[in-house]
This record gives sequence, C-alpha cells and structure tokens, in this order.
Amino acid sequence: MVLSIVHRATGIAMSLGFAVFVVWLFDAASGPDSYAVFLAAMDSTIGRLLLIGWSFAFFYHLSNGARHLLWDTGRGLEKAQANTSSWLVLVVTVALTAVFWWVAL
Amino acid sequence: MSLRSPLGRVLGLGSAKDGTSHWWGQRVSAVALLLLGIWFAGMLATMSGFSYAEAAAFIARPVNSILLLLLTVSMAYHSYLGVQVVIEDYVHAPGIKVVSLLLTRFVHTLLAVAALYAILKIGLGA
Repeated sequence: MVLSIVHRATGIAMSLGFAVFVVWLFDAASGPDSYAVFLAAMDSTIGRLLLIGWSFAFFYHLSNGARHLLWDTGRGLEKAQANTSSWLVLVVTVALTAVFWWVAL
Repeated sequence: MSLRSPLGRVLGLGSAKDGTSHWWGQRVSAVALLLLGIWFAGMLATMSGFSYAEAAAFIARPVNSILLLLLTVSMAYHSYLGVQVVIEDYVHAPGIKVVSLLLTRFVHTLLAVAALYAILKIGLGA
C-alpha cells in the first residue's frame, strides 16, 4: 500500500534528478569552468546526500516499475503474491543501491 | 442566446478515443528506461572519474552519445507523462491545472532539447 505513493514520490524526485542530469551534460558542453561549478556542487555534503537519495529513488522506481509491468500482464495480483513482491522490491532496492555505491566508491 | 450550435456544444464531450495512448506510452518508455537506466547506472558506477576530461571523453564516445540521446528522450517523455498524471490527480482548479500542464510540457521540452544539444556538441566536437 505504502509502496504505491512511494513510487510516485520517487518518480517526482527523479524528474528533478533529470534536470540535474541535463545540467551535467550542459555544463560539460559549456567547458571546464562551468563544469567545475557543477562538480563542486555535487561534491558538497548536500550534493552527496542528494546523489544517494536519487540512486535509491532510481533503484526503487526501477524495481517497483518492473513489478507494475508484471501486474500489467495479469500476473502476481493475488494478495499474498503482492505482499511477497512488495518485500522483494524493498530488498532488491537496498541491494542494488548498496552494490551501486560499493562499485562506484 | 449563444452563438454555439446545439451540435457544437455537445461535440467532444464523449470519449476522446485515445485513452490507451498515454498508458501505452508510459509502458513503452518504462521498458526502454529499464534497459537504458541499468546501462547508465552501470556506466556511472564504473567510470574512472568525473573530471571534465573524463566526463567529456565518456559522452563523446559514439556508443555512449547514441545511448545518452535515447536515454534523454525516454526520460523526458516518461517524466512528462508521470508529472502530467500527478498534476491531473492533485490540481483541481482549472486555471492552475492548465498552466501547470503547459509549464510541465515546456520545461520537459526545454530540458530535453538542452541535453540533446549538449550531447551532440560534445559528440561531434563542435
């Protein structure tokens, strides 16, 4: 139940993340000086927290999105199955986020 | 006395006949993003670094340029469809609703065009 509104919240969060993705590309195209400003912002404490948040939002939205696609085929809609898959989504999200940062750092 | 004919008043009040296109577009872009998103996350995690030179070199590689262009289009489209539904669900004042929907569309288009321009500029070395 809670997962549904979180899907929406992570979606909105990533719409903002999309804007940051565009700024990354735009600053890279604008030259080293603009890029340095972007890099400094992302390397700050707030920047790092936002990046961790976006990575979590991304893997959550990805896993839960896959669950939605499965539901669209008419599968997994029994109450017990939906309950199990909701836990699976949470486990997969935490695991993928952890692996992502483990590989990245 | 209205200038609108009785027929003109009722036309368009029924089904829009394209109710599934939004739903389908969201699913198609979701599947595209499932693949492109995993690719991009993998690239970010394994990139040697994020210095200007490293980022520019990454974006400039033809395969990466092409996949980044596809990622941009899918993401802008999927994000627009999602935000649109959220606005339609929560914003009920007709004026604010239309303005928000217009603004969302313009901002998404602007972001997409800016990203496409940036990728091509770096990729083509202009």
